[in-house]
Amino acid sequence: MNSVPKHERSPSPLEYLTTKKDEFVGWARKFSLFPYPFVTACCAMEFMAVSSTPYDTDRFGAALPRFSPRQSDLLMVVGTINHKQAPVLRRVYEQMCEPKWVIAFGACATSGGFYQNYAALAGIDKIIPVDLYIPGCPPRPEMVIDGIMKLQDRIARDRHPIFTEKF
Amino acid sequence: MAGGIHERIAARWGAQALEAATTHGLLALLVEPALVAEVARSLKAEFGFDMLLDITAVDWPDRAPRFDVVYHFYSTRDFVRVRLKARVTVEAPVVDTLVPLYNSARFQERECHEMYGIEFRGNDDLRPILLYEGFVGHPLRKDYPKQREQPLVPYLK
Repeated sequence: MNSVPKHERSPSPLEYLTTKKDEFVGWARKFSLFPYPFVTACCAMEFMAVSSTPYDTDRFGAALPRFSPRQSDLLMVVGTINHKQAPVLRRVYEQMCEPKWVIAFGACATSGGFYQNYAALAGIDKIIPVDLYIPGCPPRPEMVIDGIMKLQDRIARDRHPIFTEKF
Repeated sequence: MAGGIHERIAARWGAQALEAATTHGLLALLVEPALVAEVARSLKAEFGFDMLLDITAVDWPDRAPRFDVVYHFYSTRDFVRVRLKARVTVEAPVVDTLVPLYNSARFQERECHEMYGIEFRGNDDLRPILLYEGFVGHPLRKDYPKQREQPLVPYLK
């Protein structure tokens, strides 16, 4: 045994892991969410609180906001969207690369909230697909963390095809 | 108050005004639409009202001249306010612009124009300022349907 050089010895246990591609990719993706904060209204205060030290979304790998949609994969729509802004939001969504997810943060992004009038868009799901809704006016930080964890669970369980139909 | 400036204004314009009353510590003048620009000029030149605070309108759907156009002026010298109102009809909702007197009137008249449909004669730039091009109607009029949407992006479903 000792006559075998060290670099030729067989590896110790746990040098290899077997897993499935979808599980591995999902595990990697769920801990590297790069949010694009599309922040328009008072929910931003709660978004800042949940991003900063006491609640710390960095624990979930979702801390570093990218202010270019091309570098991000999680669109967080935080606040009221009105009809005048809707083309901008749609364009930001279209500029994001696959895979991408969308969170509607708060009552206004979810449904328009109490703004039911000529100006406000009654829920961003009318113009872009939404993966997760976080209710509240504004949501508690715990709800946001719960939402991010639910999205992570979904990403972990999702299929992650190498070639998508849009590819 | 402030050397009786309200009384001096009332003495100068009270005869031509339809109403002149002091409410909540400010003088409220109601004049004919044709007089608005002249009263504003007088307020600025003779009484030192150097700041135009606000231009808006009030819709009274059941009243004969349907709209009140409301102006608020402020004097940074005497620290007093004056409210100026004029009644215009829905058929001809026209008043003269105050842009030659106050540059800040330019944006405020644009907002009042898009929200209530008031025409400001002489303001050559009445494009929408808060609304978008192509918006039909005047959303702060009482007969604008509350739930009516004019989306710019087609809905998914």
